[in-house]
Amino acid sequence: MDTDIITVENLTARFGTNIVFEEVSFNVRKGEILVIVGESGCGKSTLLKMMIGLNRPVAGQIRFQGADIFSSGEQILGAYRKSIGVLFQSSALLGSMTLRENIELPLGEYTDLSPEEIDRIIKMKLGMVNLAGYDHHYPSELSGGMKKRAGIARAMALDPQVLFFDELSAGLDPVTAVELDDLILKTNSALGTSMVIVTHELESIYKIAHRVLMLDKQARGIIAEGHPRELKERSTDPRVTNFFRRQKPEASF
Amino acid sequence: MKVNMKAPYTKSYRVEVGSAEGRSVFGLSGDFSISNLSAFTSEIDARIRAIRPAFLTMDFSAIRYLDSAAALAFLTIKKREAQNGVDCAFVHLSNEAERIFSVIPEAALAQPPLKPQTERHNVLIQIGQSSVHIARDLMAFITFIGELIAAAVYTIRHPASLRWKDVLFYMHRAGVDGLPIVALIGLLTGLIIAFMSFLQLKQIGANIYVPALVSFAMVKELGPLMTAILVAGRSGSAYAAEIGTMVVNEEVDALMTMGFNPIRFLAMPKVLATILVVPILTIYSDFFGILGGLIIGVTSLDLTVTTYVTQSVKTIKVFDVVTSLIKASVFAALIAAIGCQKGFQVRAGAQDVGKFTTSAVVTAIFMIVLTDSIFAIMFYYIK
Ligand SMILES: Nc1ncnc2c1ncn2[C@@H]1O[C@H](COP(=O)(O)OP(=O)(O)OP(=O)(O)O)[C@@H](O)[C@H]1O
Ligand SMILES: [Mg+2]
Repeated sequence: MDTDIITVENLTARFGTNIVFEEVSFNVRKGEILVIVGESGCGKSTLLKMMIGLNRPVAGQIRFQGADIFSSGEQILGAYRKSIGVLFQSSALLGSMTLRENIELPLGEYTDLSPEEIDRIIKMKLGMVNLAGYDHHYPSELSGGMKKRAGIARAMALDPQVLFFDELSAGLDPVTAVELDDLILKTNSALGTSMVIVTHELESIYKIAHRVLMLDKQARGIIAEGHPRELKERSTDPRVTNFFRRQKPEASF
Repeated sequence: MKVNMKAPYTKSYRVEVGSAEGRSVFGLSGDFSISNLSAFTSEIDARIRAIRPAFLTMDFSAIRYLDSAAALAFLTIKKREAQNGVDCAFVHLSNEAERIFSVIPEAALAQPPLKPQTERHNVLIQIGQSSVHIARDLMAFITFIGELIAAAVYTIRHPASLRWKDVLFYMHRAGVDGLPIVALIGLLTGLIIAFMSFLQLKQIGANIYVPALVSFAMVKELGPLMTAILVAGRSGSAYAAEIGTMVVNEEVDALMTMGFNPIRFLAMPKVLATILVVPILTIYSDFFGILGGLIIGVTSLDLTVTTYVTQSVKTIKVFDVVTSLIKASVFAALIAAIGCQKGFQVRAGAQDVGKFTTSAVVTAIFMIVLTDSIFAIMFYYIK
């Protein structure tokens, strides 16, 4: 099991009396791109919020390097947070800071690098996401796609082992979305970073996913797991095939 | 002379009434859309009322343009007439028209609104619920104060962890930018007290006590109070709105996943800056208050500047100044803490930001007045 980086076991999420999912178990393997799909409201964001240590589950465990991130004390949670990077749907760059300062945040907090080294790293990260030269821009001066890329640069600042993305290409035009996919593939293959991605874009899923998990609202859990093409061709579950075989223009209006 | 009356708009549709095989036929032609919806529906209704058909056919063959609102209107007419026993049929629909009719979700039209999670209850239950909310608010505030104290202790032990740049920024925002208004309000308050007391005291020839009254009132009560209320309005609200917006934009979540403690990162600099700056503002306010009194004293009371100043200074004891500054610091801590805590309570949406910003100001002013009365009693006994 040394290829698993995160192990999720019997996870349950509940808001009041509304059980979102129950007893969900899966793992994230080293270096894989894991895509989580499912209809709106099935709990993808909720699951992601737990996996990045923001929301405590009602029951179950999320283990990183053998220890449950929620019940093993602040130290483990802190170490876990240093090993992951998160790209939020709205990018969540701090609006009062320039891109440079945003990327500098984790670097300044967790490393004792000299200012020159930090400066070099920031320039490299900005270059990796095609934003070279935007050091002193504020997030409000960027387009949605640029903000996403800047968010990735910040998420990658500490060279995390796992990157999480909620609604990867939501609100982006197709060209920008394709650029983002390429960036993800490049980062994954060059740095070996594992990725956990929530997205609805079929094209993007076929292009980047090594493995797909499908959540379902009625089933309150995972109903399918596998490579997207395999799921498309082999699955006999209509809920799965409907998703993977849906026509390109999603509806006629 | 004949005036050429132009029609206000050219009618874009026609309804021609005819009959075939025992059915009344409405031949529709032209454009049917949301922009002429009320016109064509009332025309069709009028025609139906006029001829009272038992069998009605609507012929769509000559329709040039149809939108979903118009399609819905036709469907509504059809359903209504069906209830009146009229057999109403649509014929010669083009492919586009078929498609538009096919996307009208008939089940959704009949669907009653789902019950939202929060149900309306009767008055007693509502009172109970709001009591629970108030208790919960209080608990949340006490918890927040605890976390803030823990953050303060951490900051004292690791001063380098504090974002000093932010502290300076907020000192500038709350302090320097606030000076003009604090000075102006102080000056006017001094003027008013001097003027009011002068009106009363001159009746017994006790003008000489006006300076004492003004400086006593300013330093002991009005200086700290007015300043605190102004800071609550200017900075407390700004803190709540700023943090609230960051919550909405997931910025606070992002900070947490990067391993930052949001209270240390966002609240600490604001609280510290406010505590440092409000006492200074208070001294400013005191000074301008006394200056306001001086203006009245010199212009209407025939006191010289020297007499006024000596009289003022004689009244104020070091104890009064010190307690006034202590009060100011406590008010500052309250304002900043409440502002930040309300900001963190925001859950989602711009509405929440507005709600908690207002609540930050109202709660802060209430707490200021409450603490002020506690201080008044406390200092009375300490003395
Ligand atoms: N803070 C909350 N309080 C109460 N219920 C919530 C909360 N957040 C989410 N839910 C509920 O949890 C369920 C899952 O929500 P979640 O946001 O995880 O869905 P999702 O799969 O991310 O959907 P989408 O694709 O639309 O983003 C929904 O039924 C929602 O009503
Ligand atoms: Mg979601």
